[in-house]
Amino acid sequence: MKRIAGMLVVVLALAGILWADSALSITGAGATFPYPMYSKWFDEYHKKNTNIEINYQSIGSGGGIKQVTEGTVDFGASDGPMNDDQLKAFQDKHGFGILHFPTVLGADVPAYNIPGITVELNFTQDAISGIFLGKITKWNDPAIAGPNKGVRLPADDIVVVHRSDGSGTTYIWTDYLSKISDEWKNKVGKGTSVNWPVGLGGKGNEGVAGTIKNTPDSFGYVELIYAIQNKMPYGLVKNSSGAFIKADLASVTAAAAGAAKNMPDDFRVSITDAPGKTAYPISSFTWLLVPAKFSEAAKRDALKGFVKWMLSDGQNYTEALSYAKLPKEVVAKELKALNNVQ
Amino acid sequence: MATTTTTVPSAGPVVGSRSFLSRLREGDEIARIITFLFAASVVLITVLLVFELWRGSALPRHKFGFNFFRTSVWDPIFDQFGALPFIYGTLVTAAVALILAVPLGIGAAIFLAELAPARVSDTLEFFIDLLAAVPSVIYGLLGVFIIVPLMRSYIQPALKGTLGFLPLFKGPAYGVGFLTAGIVLAIMVIPYIISVSREVLLSVPRDQREAALSLGATRWESTWKVVVPFARGGIFGSIFLALARALGETMAVTMVIGNTPTISASLFSPGYSIAAVIANEFTEATGDLYLQSLIELGLVLFILTFILNGLARLLIVATSQRGGGMGNT
Repeated sequence: MKRIAGMLVVVLALAGILWADSALSITGAGATFPYPMYSKWFDEYHKKNTNIEINYQSIGSGGGIKQVTEGTVDFGASDGPMNDDQLKAFQDKHGFGILHFPTVLGADVPAYNIPGITVELNFTQDAISGIFLGKITKWNDPAIAGPNKGVRLPADDIVVVHRSDGSGTTYIWTDYLSKISDEWKNKVGKGTSVNWPVGLGGKGNEGVAGTIKNTPDSFGYVELIYAIQNKMPYGLVKNSSGAFIKADLASVTAAAAGAAKNMPDDFRVSITDAPGKTAYPISSFTWLLVPAKFSEAAKRDALKGFVKWMLSDGQNYTEALSYAKLPKEVVAKELKALNNVQ
Repeated sequence: MATTTTTVPSAGPVVGSRSFLSRLREGDEIARIITFLFAASVVLITVLLVFELWRGSALPRHKFGFNFFRTSVWDPIFDQFGALPFIYGTLVTAAVALILAVPLGIGAAIFLAELAPARVSDTLEFFIDLLAAVPSVIYGLLGVFIIVPLMRSYIQPALKGTLGFLPLFKGPAYGVGFLTAGIVLAIMVIPYIISVSREVLLSVPRDQREAALSLGATRWESTWKVVVPFARGGIFGSIFLALARALGETMAVTMVIGNTPTISASLFSPGYSIAAVIANEFTEATGDLYLQSLIELGLVLFILTFILNGLARLLIVATSQRGGGMGNT
């Protein structure tokens, strides 16, 4: 017993010494969607700058906003921009603001399972909002059949599938629905979880995908990366220019480029239903949330250094992980905004 | 097992004659204090838990009051929160699970303890303990990939065809829903019932059986009329444990229940349980009212478990007064 206790003390003491000796440690918390990208970035950045270590906990966007507001982490991350109330809460607590930095792009794709149909279907805005509002209930409804000439759609009931867990994926989907349908905007709204008019809930992308795969005549949405990595078939969506666009990394980046012209200075912008001929309409940024003032200069410089690297060299890592990269216009604007972090 | 009632004779009077110091030196008193602290920590943790849940749910308690339990709209965007569909889903799935698991589990336990050869019994017990240790997400996956398709293609159409006149078996067959969640829960809790009930049955004194047999009872009569009533308290204990697990199960339920807050008489309908909605929405809950409403749901689950456990205990007291069984383990 005594020997074990003694060994424990020695180990703890050693750990303490190593801890005290370790590199500058920056902590962040938030969104789960970009986590694979962020952990790759933090890892690569640490290899280049061995004295800087960035720890990121993917606890969800809501948790990220909460923790950075409470000051328990150095930066946050979120799939949806902070709203005005949240910005005010941060300002009131700290006496300075918080800045949004887009890092990569994500997108949602409509997935479906209709027995006997293997072609990629085209979906209009009215079809998607109608199905999710529960107004279009049959697959052969003219709103769906119209742009899919030559496809024999069955007269079966559509089983709607959505995410049951709060998620950035749902935020993008409901943000899109709010833009294309006033009824959705007034009745349901946008958020990480909403009061769904119809449908079954699946937990996580894998839950939704599994339910769609298992349920004939189902229709739902999954994150683009999940669909690509799992080779799921998905449909095309009509964008604001009237073209049916299939989601891929290029069409998502195009949506960001289309929105870049009217980008507000705080980057809190939704790029769903973005202008542009090749823009995929159900796309979104995901953001880092960085306080405008740091009390420790070393931490501030390290984090700014990372963001700078992430916007330049870091963007080269995105496509290997199936994330769409930022358009040049947005990168240039972000580099300028980085000077506001003091 | 915390759920069985056993009266331990107090240790105090036995050592009463010696002085406190000598008892301290011999270690008795130290052991007593330390074990008392361990036992007290259970109470302390429970009290702290309730206190935290109560404190953390102040906003919705003031805003919605009793309506929280009566309304069924759950809308984080427009800040409307009602717990009724979640309470309903939790109770229905737990009830389905127990209705299926209790006869199966107790039957299996009787076979293993009374009828099977010792070697078979011990081997099977090993597998049962293994089943009890399987993480719930595995049961969830089993549900999603095997039970849900089975339910949709075979079981639900069959039930509709034979018992479809009952309101319990109406509506479209999605595969997911109350019934599927109840079945997955039943599979999860059966090992608990078997394992605990078997131990209890095995600990019934030998002379009880011998007395019954010597009076001319058959093997089954001695098992069913003497051994099982004798072990009743412990068997109820195993059912409580199963009930507690069924009420609080999160991962496996959320994967097969359909996650739709509905109240429907049909077991085919998709539903939602308290534990599932907390697990699903807690991480992304922004806004204090939303977060605190989820915490209040936790409080509701706690109260629900408390009430059900209390009722079950009353049931034991009532039955053991009427019957002759000494319901002790």
